[in-house]
Amino acid sequence: MAEKMIGASLKDIKKDPNRTFGPPKLVVSRLSTRTEDEFGVAVEEVSFTVRAGEIFGIAGVAGNGQNALLDSLSGEVLGEEREAISLDGHPLGLLNTTGRRKFGLCAVPEERNGHAAVADFTLADNSVLTARDRLKMVVGGLIDSGAARTYTGKVIADFAVKALGPQSMAGSLSGGNLQKYIMGREILQRPSVLVVSQPTWGVDAGAAAAIRQALVDLAAEGSAIVIISQDLDELLELCDTLAVINEGRLSQTLKVGEASIEEIGLLMGGVHGTGEQVHIEAGGGVAVQA
Amino acid sequence: MQFRLEKRPQPSRLMLYAAPILAVILTMLVGGAIFSAIGYDGPGAVREIFITPLVTSYKWQDLGIKAAPLIIIGVGLAVSYRANVWNIGAEGQYVVGGVCATGVALATYGMTGWWILPLMALAGVAGGAAYAAIPALLRTRLGVNEILTSLMLTYASVQLVYYLVRAPWKDPMGMGFPQTRIFSEAARLPTIIPGTIVHLGVPIAILVALIVWFVMARSLFGFQVRVVGAAPHAARYGGFSENRTIWLALLVSGGLAGLAGMLEVAGPFQRLVPGFPTNYGFTAIIAAFLGRLDPLGVIFASIVLAITFVGGEMAQTTIGLPAAAAGIFQAMMLFFLLAGDLLIRYRLKRVTHQPTEARA
Repeated sequence: MAEKMIGASLKDIKKDPNRTFGPPKLVVSRLSTRTEDEFGVAVEEVSFTVRAGEIFGIAGVAGNGQNALLDSLSGEVLGEEREAISLDGHPLGLLNTTGRRKFGLCAVPEERNGHAAVADFTLADNSVLTARDRLKMVVGGLIDSGAARTYTGKVIADFAVKALGPQSMAGSLSGGNLQKYIMGREILQRPSVLVVSQPTWGVDAGAAAAIRQALVDLAAEGSAIVIISQDLDELLELCDTLAVINEGRLSQTLKVGEASIEEIGLLMGGVHGTGEQVHIEAGGGVAVQA
Repeated sequence: MQFRLEKRPQPSRLMLYAAPILAVILTMLVGGAIFSAIGYDGPGAVREIFITPLVTSYKWQDLGIKAAPLIIIGVGLAVSYRANVWNIGAEGQYVVGGVCATGVALATYGMTGWWILPLMALAGVAGGAAYAAIPALLRTRLGVNEILTSLMLTYASVQLVYYLVRAPWKDPMGMGFPQTRIFSEAARLPTIIPGTIVHLGVPIAILVALIVWFVMARSLFGFQVRVVGAAPHAARYGGFSENRTIWLALLVSGGLAGLAGMLEVAGPFQRLVPGFPTNYGFTAIIAAFLGRLDPLGVIFASIVLAITFVGGEMAQTTIGLPAAAAGIFQAMMLFFLLAGDLLIRYRLKRVTHQPTEARA
């Protein structure tokens, strides 16, 4: 049915079954943030390692610190520990997003409009937003709009973005096409580490498959990828390893294929092996304290 | 019957550019009607204020020198407003710029040299920027709204002028008038067209607008200002610091207002007088909006506003309009423009109350 709706066949994600992983690329060590506002959830002492060629998933129920984790990995919110995040041994903890991109760490936040892209700007200008350094779109303080248009045209073509061209407004694209553009804009920069949140959120099935395949292909070229998602099926399909975030704390890393859905589900519900946050209610149901 | 504002999916590009023109036309119509209603010659007022300065060739020089400060301050404000930084105190920065330039002129009194005017310009820019730095510091450090601080500092700057011209800088030969001595020749702006009052400030204003236009359209600085104003979250994601942009926006708009102050004090005034604060800083806010926050648009908007200034002065003598008339027309233009902008982005929708049972 879905195939008929999108007028194309839904391809399965092609993964090399004999893929191997290189040395550790992204090393996060005891990363903590402070809550920015009263509703935010901070992350506490999060540690994980992603190797070259590996796709690492972060599962969890929305609102358990995913946004804080993405902001502190991308560099939008600066940490205090220089060594908390390192890429190929370079400490990135004190660099902002521009500095981290220069080292090859790119990120895509969950919210498309107003965060990952500016609706009132053209797609070419949106490319300048994040790709200006890696693709040399700024020369002597001036923007090389030709370079921005060329790169944007390549993103539109390679990711089959339905847009009139690099000069069309980001706000005029449908959600799915804007997401394809945003993912394409980051993936074609060939980042050595890509951190994405909800890569296929609100995207039609065909576009979602294309985005997932692009992530798998990027990993196959030796990049380390972190996917933060609430879609457990997506994570199980894409990831080699995953961990679960709950109330700002990250579980130990599980190997996809070895971990059972029940185990992941319990972790998502807040069972850290201590049991202190779970109690059985009178009716026999399990309640998790928020 | 109720109305609700509904966001339009795609604002009309044509209307975006037509709105300023429509606002001017509506101002003429409504302004004429209002002045007729309160007993003046309404059509005559519109003619005197909007048309006469344009067809009276000896008034063109007045248009130029009135538009110049509006252009310089207006393009600075356009930069600031693009970044969503609401510097309302350009008048104060203009005044402090003029005061600092006066300080240089008085310190170099009697000296000659080509360097005096550039030094005055530098002092004007520095003074305006420093005065705008106060709201910037308060906003970025303590989160104080820059609208309030910049506006209130304007009144402080006016008192500073009053103090200076009455005590330390009073002209010793001025027979007690509260004003400084006339600047020496080297501290006065030369006129560029012989036989007119058109001074060097007019071409400088055009040049400033062209430079700012280029910077805003092509440079990474302009991009940073636009992205911080359009989507602060995306700006942070793109690696642009919001605080740094607030600083830059206020320093640029304050510095340009200070430059305009220097050009005014060294050009038309040639001395500091209590009447130096002439509301250019406030009128430039209208120029910035009427020009669509685009430096080239600000040039045209400033000329329109200069027409109403010159026309307003003429209408006082020819048909006895009050001095406030020009201000009323200018304010009406801003009002109609902002109302038009709202209707470009939103549409009015009538809300009809449906009986509740119909929903079952």
